[in-house]
This record gives sequence, structure tokens and C-alpha cells, in this order.
Amino acid sequence: MAKRFLSGNEAFAYGIRLAKPQVISAYPITPQTIVVEKLSEMVEDGSLESEFIHVESEHSALSCAMGASAVGARAFTATSSQGLLYMAECLVYASGGRFPIVMMNANRSTALPWNIYGDQRDSISQLDSGWIQAYAENAQESLDFALMSYYIAEQKQVSTPFMVNLDGFVLTHTYEVVDVPSSEQADAFLPPYETENKLDLLKPKNLAFSAGPEHNTAFKYKEHIGMLNVKKAVADAEERFAEIFGRRYTGLTESYFTEDADYILITLGSIAGLVKETVDKLREKGERVGLLRLRYLRPFPNEEIAESVKNAKAVAVLEKDISFGNEGTVYTNVNSALQKSKISIPTSNYIGGLGGKNISQAEIETIFYDLKQEKFKVRFLSVGGDLK
Amino acid sequence: MKPYLRDKLPQKLSEIPDFTAYEAGYLVTKNAGWRNVRPEIDKEKCVGCLQCYLHCPDGVIYKDNGKVAVDYDFCKGCGICKKICKVGAIRMEAEK
Amino acid sequence: MSLNAKTLNEEEFFYGHKACAGCGGSLAVRIALKVLGERSIAVLPAGCMSAVGFNFPQLCFGNNAIISTFAGTASMLTGIEAGLRAQGITDFQAVGFAGDGGTADIGLQALSGAIDRNDDILYICYDNEAYMNTGIQKSSLTPFGAKTTTTPAGKNIRGNLRPKKNMFEIVAAHGIPYAATASVGYLNDFIKKVEKASKIRGTKYIHIIAPCPTGWGIPTDETVNIAKEVVDCGLWYLAEYENGEYILNHKPKEFSDVEEYLKKQSRFRHLTEEDIETIKRSRDLKWEALNKNFRNN
Repeated sequence: MAKRFLSGNEAFAYGIRLAKPQVISAYPITPQTIVVEKLSEMVEDGSLESEFIHVESEHSALSCAMGASAVGARAFTATSSQGLLYMAECLVYASGGRFPIVMMNANRSTALPWNIYGDQRDSISQLDSGWIQAYAENAQESLDFALMSYYIAEQKQVSTPFMVNLDGFVLTHTYEVVDVPSSEQADAFLPPYETENKLDLLKPKNLAFSAGPEHNTAFKYKEHIGMLNVKKAVADAEERFAEIFGRRYTGLTESYFTEDADYILITLGSIAGLVKETVDKLREKGERVGLLRLRYLRPFPNEEIAESVKNAKAVAVLEKDISFGNEGTVYTNVNSALQKSKISIPTSNYIGGLGGKNISQAEIETIFYDLKQEKFKVRFLSVGGDLK
Repeated sequence: MKPYLRDKLPQKLSEIPDFTAYEAGYLVTKNAGWRNVRPEIDKEKCVGCLQCYLHCPDGVIYKDNGKVAVDYDFCKGCGICKKICKVGAIRMEAEK
Repeated sequence: MSLNAKTLNEEEFFYGHKACAGCGGSLAVRIALKVLGERSIAVLPAGCMSAVGFNFPQLCFGNNAIISTFAGTASMLTGIEAGLRAQGITDFQAVGFAGDGGTADIGLQALSGAIDRNDDILYICYDNEAYMNTGIQKSSLTPFGAKTTTTPAGKNIRGNLRPKKNMFEIVAAHGIPYAATASVGYLNDFIKKVEKASKIRGTKYIHIIAPCPTGWGIPTDETVNIAKEVVDCGLWYLAEYENGEYILNHKPKEFSDVEEYLKKQSRFRHLTEEDIETIKRSRDLKWEALNKNFRNN
């Protein structure tokens, strides 16, 4: 293990090098570029043995990765924003085909208006695409997700593609000290990819076929079960990861002072760092506040959320997303989790960080104080004006 | 490998593959019912030039002792074989 | 000795499919796979051949085969080739079979990318001159004058007003190692080209005219004849591009009657004498260019 000063993108590239994908296909888009540039350098200097394919579009990036996965190769791609949307057809194809491809998505706003900065509307718009979706908080977790994502996605009972999301610029371009495991440790953690779901020259198969009304539901049911199996695979992966690397993760969510908290803020991605600082600050003032960070949006941590907030007085969801005409999609999902567990506490939704807009500590403090003062609402941070 | 008819029709959930991946060349239905006319090979006239075999879109004409024969399970009766036959060894007969 | 009906692999790899009777596309796929053999891995985008050959549990490819996205034939071929090579497997042929729409329209970008990278794949376009699988809509390879369901022939517009896109020379302009045109009316020529392509490293492209009785409005037993006639009347040609050079493989001494070719097909039945003259003129211009720029062999 070695300490390095790396940006989120670079840390992810180091993680991917340790995972040794046999095929990498990618098309450049800001702010994803550094991860593929870094991987190109690693292929050039011989420290990563991989076929690097310079595809002419994101659609081809994922189509190529599916071809590689369909012959049993480990495949990687990376994208962002418009690029993710351009490959949307291939997203559902990869999940329906049960190809455990890993993709890094640098979370970025979607046009229009054009904007290259971070929000999560790109990936959240694809929640129903059948991909596992994880959101990293920092560069270390980014690297660790790169390794763990393959372990989880490639479990036979999972066989589902994995999208790791890094907040554009805030995480992809910010430098931190990162522990980079050795290649030997990584090999001990991640076995080579083995699958029956492949074209096989010794045992020919027909893949990615049609299934009419009679059989279609069965395939979709199995796809859903595969996604539900992720929870167990995450637990296994993290246990194994802790044994080998000495860092322990906490499953689909991370709780920060939620046990005795009256007011809990639920969020995801890199903003959690600032929320943790705010929780510390308010705790010092005697406020019983906490953070629940969603590390995964798919599968959705229904039970974990219910368990964490069951004793709270109120909950707010802060997200960099809006489903126009409704509310933030994470908020919708959280409310559904609460309702299923018959938890009826007031909830609020704060939409922030759109197009890279900074979210301040003062704003986070205000969210907690609003909850305490029983002001429950849907609000765009920095715009103001309560909705509903 | 030539695709061939199988006995087992996967129906139950446990018989449906976990992935969209299955044994190559797995046939469960024939195409014979599509046909209004059927090619009949006159083995006396057939010179074994194999042009019918070559040009059949369904590949249902096969070599048979220096002549040709037809797999009627999968022939759709398009008639290309009759048209291509230079010696008039193929007739199209109405299906009853 | 080159392959022919007698020496061709007797094994059938595309069998029991649900293509319409007399389908030219299925004939092209069947013959190409017999040439390429059991170690070929076929990629077929959404389109006729995947629709008729891949309905679980009726799976009609005896070799390894996969459906790609409509636009992704070439890029999936790239991934398959790279994925196997990365595992040390090299004795196989990644072959794509896409229709005219899947090639010249929606799949053109991915195809261009693959040729640009010179990926070691064989791409075969079976050209039936319209979106037949969805019900005969115009593609950019639909010829001038053809009636389709989106270019109806009426009082104001007489079918498709645009000429057929020149895919062969577009592909060749990339500097591809090997490209060829073919017709299911000249199968021996096609067989020779597939065999030749399989032995060349880098990207290979073969464009084969494959009539569709349903879409062209011809009897099911006319597929092969009409595919021969389109070459004989000069509206299609058999050629190759190799080492930066164009080669004409077949030069009819005298063209057969264009009008006769057109009037056999219901998609052209509405054409006026003037339309037919336009088609002949454009044929003659094309052949002037072919005679000038293509070497005879």
C-alpha cells in the first residue's frame, strides 16, 4: 500500500488499474477525461495490460464494452452527463444482457442550458436503467469502489452492470491523499471474471436474443432478483475488503450520528463531507442532528433508511436533482421507504447544487433548523420560495 | 453445428436461463406449415450440380448420394430451387 | 481451388429461421457462415435477420451469435474481437451482418469508427434497399424511384426521389484494407470475396445486394434471378477495393434491359418513361466513372 496525492478521477484510474479490465473503451467528455487519459498513460507505460479502444461515441463505448463482456472479458468505460444520455440505449441493453461492466460516471449537469459542472441529474435520470448505482464521497472511496464494483457486479447471482458516480469537479478534480493498495493485495481481493453468460467457441451460444410476451417477464424478474442480490454481495465484498485492505465500509448507506438524532439529513455524494462538518458543529451546540449518506441508489436502501430514521422527529433530503413536475427523485424514493416501514414523520426536500452551484454550510445548518422549527417543504436552495 | 429440433420447451421459471444466453441452434418449431407448394426432386433427372443446394435461403436442400434431397420440416416452398435447376429436375407440387 | 457448391462446408449454421420465403438476406448470411465456419462469431443488429433468428427459445444460429443494438454492430464486433484477443484467443472470425438501414443510416458512425481503428472484423451489409423488418420504409440505400411505405408513389411524388448512397466507395475512402460489392445472384463471386476477406487482417467490408420479395414486390422464386439481373442491367456492379485500388470484377458486354428489370418489381411499377430515362442516365454516368477509375480483372 502506498500513499499518493490524487484527484478523484486519478484515484479511480488507479483502482481500475488494480482491477485489470481486459478491454477499456471510452469517449472523452468533461469532467471524465482525466480518468481515461490516466488509463491511456498506464496502458502506454505498460503498467496496465488492457486493450484501449478509442471509440467514436459513448454509444459505441458501451456497445464495445458489451461485446467484450459477451466473450467473458472484464470491461470498463467512463462517461458523464450528455455522454451518459447518449449511451442510454446501451445502458438498458447491458443490464438486460446481465453484463457486469463497470462504468465511472462523472456527475454533471444536463443541457439545456449547457453546463459542465456537477449535479446528479444525469445518473439519477437513469435509475430505472437496471444498473447498480453507487455514489462516492471522496477520492479514497472512489478508488475502493473501482475495485469493489467488479467484485459485486461479477457475482453470478448479481451479474449486473455497475455505475460508480463521482461528483464532477468537486470530486473528480479535487486532490486528496489516497491509499493505493498493491497489485498483490488487489489480486487477492478480486478473482478473475468467470461466467456462463458468454459466447464460447467450445460451447456455442446465442446471446442477447428476443423473448416475447410469454417469457419476457421471467427475464425481467430474474434481472430484478439480480439487483436485489446486490445487498448481500456488497456486504461480502466489504467484509473481504476490510480483511485485505483494513478499510471497512458500511453497506448501502453510511450513518453519521443517526442513532440518537432527532433531525436527520439524507444526502449522497461528496456534499456529505460538508454535512458531516456541519453535524459536528451543531452537535457541539447540543443539537441532536445526524447524517444518513446513501452510498447506493440502486438497489435502493429501503430497510437501511427506515432503520436509521425510525426514532427521528423529522428528515430532510438534500439532492442535486429535480424531477420536473414532481420533486427530487431521491426524496420520492426516501418517502416510499418510510411509507413501506410505516414510519410517518415529516419530510422535507432541498434541491441544491444544480449546475455546480455551491452549497454552503450555512444552508445546511438552515436545513436542520428548519426541521427543528417544523418548517417542512420542497425548496430550491439559492432560489428560495417554498413549493407545494 | 446445424441447429436442430429439441424435445424440451423451456417454460417454467427454473427452465428459463438466468441470462439472455442459451444453447446455440435450439429449435422448437418447424416451418413446414408455411408452405403452399413443395419441391419434388426427380432423382432420374438430377445431375447433382448442387445449384439448388447453394441458392436455398433456408439451407434445406442437402446432398444425398450424388443427388439432392429436401428437409421438408423447414422448407418454406419459395421455389428458388426449381427456378435455378437447369435440367428441370425440380417440380413444385401443391400441398394438400 | 476456390470454394463452390461442391467444396463448400456442408454444415448449415443458419437454420430453421422465420425469414419470409425467398429471403435474399438469409441466403447471404447462410452462405457467408458456410464459408467462415464454426469459429465465426456473428453480430446482428436489430433488423430482419435478428428478428427471424433469435426468438427465445427458437434460436437459429448454430455458431456463436449475438444481437447488437441497431447502431452498434461494428462497435460490438470491436469489443468481441478485443475481448477474445485479450484472452489470448485469435483463431476466430468476428462477422457482422447488418441491413442497409443498420449500415448506411444508423450504424454508419460506428462502422466508420471501426474502419478508422482498423479493427480486425468482417462487416457484411445485406442490402435489401429499405427497412424491411419494420414494413418497407425508405433507407439511404433505397434506390431512386422505389416506392416504399414512407415514399409512396402518388400524383405528386413518384416514390423515392434520392439516389442510393454510395456505401462501397464511402467505406473505401477510409482506406480500408478490403471492401467489395456482391450480389446473391452471383454467389460464387460472393463466396470468393468472403473467403478472401477472412484471410485479411484489419477491417473488411462486403456489401451484398439481397432482394426482398416482400418489399420489392416479386415472386418468392425470383430472388436470385432479380439479383443477377440488377448486375446484368448495370444498376449494381461487382467490384473490390484493395491496396488503395478499385477493381471491377464483372463487366457486362452489353447491359440487359433496365426497364424490364424495373417493371418486374411492384415497387417500380409506377415509374414513367422519363423516370426510367433518368435511371438509365445515372447508370451510364456511374459506368463512365467505373470505367475511368476502376481496373478490370
